Amino acid sequence: MEDLNIKIKEIFRNFSNDPGNLIPILQKVQKELGYISLPAIEEISCFLKLTESEIYGVASFYSQFRFNPRGRHSITVCLGTACHVRGGSILMEAFERDLEIKTGECTLDKRFDLDGVACLGCCALAPVVKIDNDIYGNMSVIKLKETLEPYE
Amino acid sequence: MNNFDKLITKSKKDWDNLNNSEIPIIYLGTASCGRAAGAEKVKETVLSYLKKHKIQAHFIEVGCIGTCYLEPLMDISAFGNPRISFGNVDPKWAERILEKYLLEKDFFKQKVVGHFGEKPFNDLPSFFDLPMIKPQVRIVLKNCGLIDPENINHYIAQDGYMGLKRALELSQNAVIEEITNSGLRGRGGAGFPTGKKWKICREAKGNIKYMICNADEGDPGAFMNRSLLEGDPHAVLEGLLIAAYAIGASEGYIYIRAEYPLAIHRLNIAIEQMKNAGLLGKNILGSNFSFNIKIKEGAGAFVCGEETALIASIEGKRGMPRTRPPFPVISGLHGKPTTINNVETLGTVPHIIRNGSTWYKQYGVEGNYGTKTFSLVGKVKRTGLIEVPLGTSLKKIIYDIGGGTLKPFKAVQTGGPSGGCIPKELLDTTVTYESLTAAGSIMGSGGLIVMDTDTCVVDVARYFLDFIQKESCGKCTPCRVGTRHMVEILEKICDGQGDVEDLNRLESLAKIVKSASLCGLGQTAPNPVLTTLRYFRNEYIEHIVNKYCPALVCRSLIEFYVVPDNCTGCQRCVSVCPTGAITGPRSEVHNLDTTKCIKCRACLEICRFDAIAGNAIIIRSKEAK
Ligand SMILES: Cc1cc2nc3c(=O)[nH]c(=O)nc-3n(C[C@H](O)[C@H](O)[C@H](O)COP(=O)(O)O)c2cc1C
Ligand code: FES
Repeated sequence: MEDLNIKIKEIFRNFSNDPGNLIPILQKVQKELGYISLPAIEEISCFLKLTESEIYGVASFYSQFRFNPRGRHSITVCLGTACHVRGGSILMEAFERDLEIKTGECTLDKRFDLDGVACLGCCALAPVVKIDNDIYGNMSVIKLKETLEPYE
Repeated sequence: MNNFDKLITKSKKDWDNLNNSEIPIIYLGTASCGRAAGAEKVKETVLSYLKKHKIQAHFIEVGCIGTCYLEPLMDISAFGNPRISFGNVDPKWAERILEKYLLEKDFFKQKVVGHFGEKPFNDLPSFFDLPMIKPQVRIVLKNCGLIDPENINHYIAQDGYMGLKRALELSQNAVIEEITNSGLRGRGGAGFPTGKKWKICREAKGNIKYMICNADEGDPGAFMNRSLLEGDPHAVLEGLLIAAYAIGASEGYIYIRAEYPLAIHRLNIAIEQMKNAGLLGKNILGSNFSFNIKIKEGAGAFVCGEETALIASIEGKRGMPRTRPPFPVISGLHGKPTTINNVETLGTVPHIIRNGSTWYKQYGVEGNYGTKTFSLVGKVKRTGLIEVPLGTSLKKIIYDIGGGTLKPFKAVQTGGPSGGCIPKELLDTTVTYESLTAAGSIMGSGGLIVMDTDTCVVDVARYFLDFIQKESCGKCTPCRVGTRHMVEILEKICDGQGDVEDLNRLESLAKIVKSASLCGLGQTAPNPVLTTLRYFRNEYIEHIVNKYCPALVCRSLIEFYVVPDNCTGCQRCVSVCPTGAITGPRSEVHNLDTTKCIKCRACLEICRFDAIAGNAIIIRSKEAK
């Protein structure tokens, strides 16, 4: 708790308390702390003088923001059109089955969290999966296990 | 000589020195698409190879040249030979190519894509004569893949910022007139004349005005804007400055989606370089024009590409569109006159100011002048990013440039979730704003998704509606509720539970959503359904009446099957099946239990790609066996 306060105060130092900074602040909080926690929303509310529901209203509107803790590695499966016609949704199912979680969840051992995305802009190499900052093109169900292996 | 002129002289000299350099130059395409194909590993290999063999060479990372299907691409320029491009270079090949060329001055022909020389070289093809490249006209993409996007001097050596220089010598009205005369129309989708937009904004009352670059590129399956920003960020920034000067803005924003971290990184570098070169801040290039740029990262909402929603998002609010008028050019960001232009529109502007509107108008057709970039993806042989004059036919794009499809062609989807599917019979349709609209689709931002007989159009219609329904901001009922109902009906049909009445229900819902929605998102959402109903009604009927999916995609209507004659009994499929649906001893025909099969495709893929397997697993229709 103390820790969170310090980190958040640190983040606030780079911003003025103009409500227009809400989205960049939420982005920074997510980047530093992994997700938008309830205490974080309380802190932002004090800082920007917005109500907690206003903040939650904005944060929940955008698909980027997470309200649950993340895993050590983040898997993002592209569900865009080019990936869809080359089997993106089947790939997503394979990840869900293999990791025994649903989209938006995190594995019990906190190794992976899983999410879909509308397009990663690598459509020419569809289907595409991103793990942390690494992008994998021309993915397939049978490459799944070996692709995950290096991520401990 | 002032500072900028000195920078020009230096840049040109550096560029000449580089190209006449004694030591080899290695160029590697490390745009996001290159990285997805493994370019980062190739980079490691190249650098450690050079180090190990103590070879002196320039190593330059470039953007995407557009032939994405050949990624990773590595070019080498050495020994006074023209720059040679090698394709599908994995780390192993990178080492072999370097060894052969740098040490033995020889190359593996099978890996050569083409050379960039002006004269013929050996019997290698010229890159610009490749079937994928030859029909293209590259104006916006001119520098992509050829220069270092993180080096402003490279851009300046290609006459970069000469457009801005010329603009600042002209009056603001003269700049607007040049753009108006060029006939340039917005490349973000709607095709509104750019000069006209600028003129209204310039004449709007207000002492503060804003200029925004729309880099939200929310259309899934489209990556033109990403490629341009990663490959030639200064071109877009120069366009942004020219536009800001013309309308009288002193502050600018680039609203870019967070899913494009590399483009954001390169923009940040470019902006720093501009500041150092006196191209941003007070009195740019000694003129009265002062301007600053801020980057705003989007947070993942398709509707934020719509201009009024985008403004709300920059203001820190939920990205909800509002009714227009007033248009942003009159009352936009913080209520001030605001011009919003797409990345590609702005990337085109410097070329027009530099070369003149008459030059630009030699490309394209009446009312649709100039070029347009497209991301050519899906079931086409040569996927990538292309640029063609407006008025080029879809046939030419898909067959001459894209090399056609593997399985027979079925349809091409243009315009993303707001667009439609165009069938074979209409492939002579040219890409202009009007002709695509007449075909029931739209130009959109430039995604071209090619579908073959393995793609189910009903599934694609369901996919788009599902996308829109999830992305609907919820402000207006027709969009929020109407699209929900449409998805439910389409899901029923894909499940084989539809009835013929459903098609009429879909059509009447589509009409309501189209006419009663508040913004472009809802107004265009029914297009994928309407065009597929118009051109592929039979496929819907097959699903409904015969419970048959001709493309063998809809999962409730298909099953997996082992063809006994082809099965070698290698047990590869047995080992990858997650549910134990496939059984059988080694060397005997395997058995697939359809009650246990979850249709995950693992067996199909392993059987197709594994050398010892016999391509024995097929998908067949449940009903019509
Ligand atoms: C739902 C929706 C999404 C849009 N997404 C984008 C987008 O991602 N990029 C873009 O440039 N324009 C997008 N537009 C169009 C913009 O509202 C606007 O017309 C455009 O940015 C203007 O720039 P232009 O005149 O240079 O084309 C979208 C429109 C709608 C209705
Ligand atoms: S559709 Fe998957 S990367 Fe674009």
